[in-house]
Amino acid sequence: MEHLVQYIYIISAGLFILSLKWMNHPASSRHGVIAGEIGMLLAVVGTFIGFPGPVTAGVNAVGIAFVANWPWIISAFVIGIAVGIPIAYIMPMTAVPQRTALSHACGALAAALVGTAEFYQRQGNNAAELRGFIIVALVVETLLGYLTFTGSLMAMGKLQEVLPQRPITYRNQNAVNFVLFAIAAALAVWMAIDPTQTQLFPIFAGLALLFGVLLIIPIGGADMPTVIAILNSYAGLSACAMGFALNNRLLVVAGALDGSSGLILSIIMCKAMNRSFTNVLFGAFGQVQVSTGKTEQRSYRSASAEEAASILEAATSVIIVPGYGLAVAQAQHKIRELFDSLTKRGVEVKFGIHPVAGRMPGHMNVLLAEADIPYDKLVEMDDINGDFPQCDVALVIGANDVTNPKARTDKGSPIYGMPILDVDKARTVMVIKRSMNPGFAGIDNDLYYLDKTLMLFGDAKAFVSELVKELPARAAA
Amino acid sequence: MANNLELGLFVFMLATFIGLEVIRKVSPLLHTPLMSLTNAISAISVVGAILITGNPDATTLSKVLGFIAITAVVTNIVSGFLITDRMVKMFKKREGKK
Repeated sequence: MEHLVQYIYIISAGLFILSLKWMNHPASSRHGVIAGEIGMLLAVVGTFIGFPGPVTAGVNAVGIAFVANWPWIISAFVIGIAVGIPIAYIMPMTAVPQRTALSHACGALAAALVGTAEFYQRQGNNAAELRGFIIVALVVETLLGYLTFTGSLMAMGKLQEVLPQRPITYRNQNAVNFVLFAIAAALAVWMAIDPTQTQLFPIFAGLALLFGVLLIIPIGGADMPTVIAILNSYAGLSACAMGFALNNRLLVVAGALDGSSGLILSIIMCKAMNRSFTNVLFGAFGQVQVSTGKTEQRSYRSASAEEAASILEAATSVIIVPGYGLAVAQAQHKIRELFDSLTKRGVEVKFGIHPVAGRMPGHMNVLLAEADIPYDKLVEMDDINGDFPQCDVALVIGANDVTNPKARTDKGSPIYGMPILDVDKARTVMVIKRSMNPGFAGIDNDLYYLDKTLMLFGDAKAFVSELVKELPARAAA
Repeated sequence: MANNLELGLFVFMLATFIGLEVIRKVSPLLHTPLMSLTNAISAISVVGAILITGNPDATTLSKVLGFIAITAVVTNIVSGFLITDRMVKMFKKREGKK
């Protein structure tokens, strides 16, 4: 039996790798999901038939007590399934970042609780088992698990706007965090050396929980994509540590895959904002832009929907640059109508998507795909930037900082060095915006004052529907 | 014991490199579904949760903690895979409209 289970686990691990590999293209991505599902199913079935597993290796009761406490397990499964299905189907796509944060919290909590149970269980059964690398793995598992749990809840609160989006800061914040972490680490080392010190464990767990909160509250809403990716990585690593503690290689593989995925995504996000990890985690972004409030009056041009529609109609190529403002205004479907209408007139329409356009990596793509915009029209920043000089109209909707030419030119600007969409190189630029107020980061955007820029004032959804209305009217005339 | 640790580290090292290589190739279009997929996959900790709860010697504490852990992680598995599927289904090429 034990061997059979190991083979099942090997197949399962292979399927997980394939599953991620198939995510390389939308055409194969559904296979990826199915491979992952089969892998997970095999792992669960394998665990059941392989009982008693590594935990009870001493108690060889195959056949008799195949799984003890099964009512507990079955009812937990039923509840999990009953909760999981509605979450998956009811959740609107704009809320996916919150759901992701919530599921990081759940996964991390599970790892932490299993680690905790394991710690006490082994204490009771056989304290001699609890030494060496097992205790190290358990401590790492619970530390990462608990801090990711509360950290993810904080991130979720910020994304859901239950908590303030701006960084919550106080004096000596980093010093306080560091001291807390140092204490937790010291307790961890102490327990690793002397595992009989069970009374330390609750303190250790409490510190980890607290540290998770303190780590995330100083991070601003704009940095949430990076934070989610980092938490993703931590959740994976805690599962991985569980694998070491239980001597289960499948957990190690799956945890490592998740950990490396989170790592890559957070690196991509950091690069997209030209920040470093340490800067995101300890920099408290909100502090930097206090001095940029110079409000000299500069002139700009604005246009009506009618004028804008006629320019769009005459164009041969249009690049739409969406930002999160578009999702806030729920304008995705109106954009699709505009896209259809322009495409029918032979205008080539593409979307230029900045990596941080949404609230989590790739979020904007999902929002636009949901509105039935074909994915081959969704082009990432590096691939579309070369197209702007040949493009007649760049239409910016709900995006601000990611189009600010200051990021290329003004060394004094807080966003200097951040990769941007070269919207200012298009022949005509149109910006749909409520007013001239500066955006999220509070930085004035030079793009709005260019001679070729037309400001289209209004709510994104309302304005785009006006544009759509104007277009057929002209065709009829 | 040391043998297990070394084997585990070996597996960890290889899996991390495979993960980095495979995920680097994932289309940025799919980063959000990727994250919910890896989320569901990391819910593999369900294995550990079952083992701890199903242990015949499990203390009440273990059973309660294990119960919560299984519930949390099964929620992740179910919602993670389903929502990923819902998302990737949205990514369509333009179908015969024009």
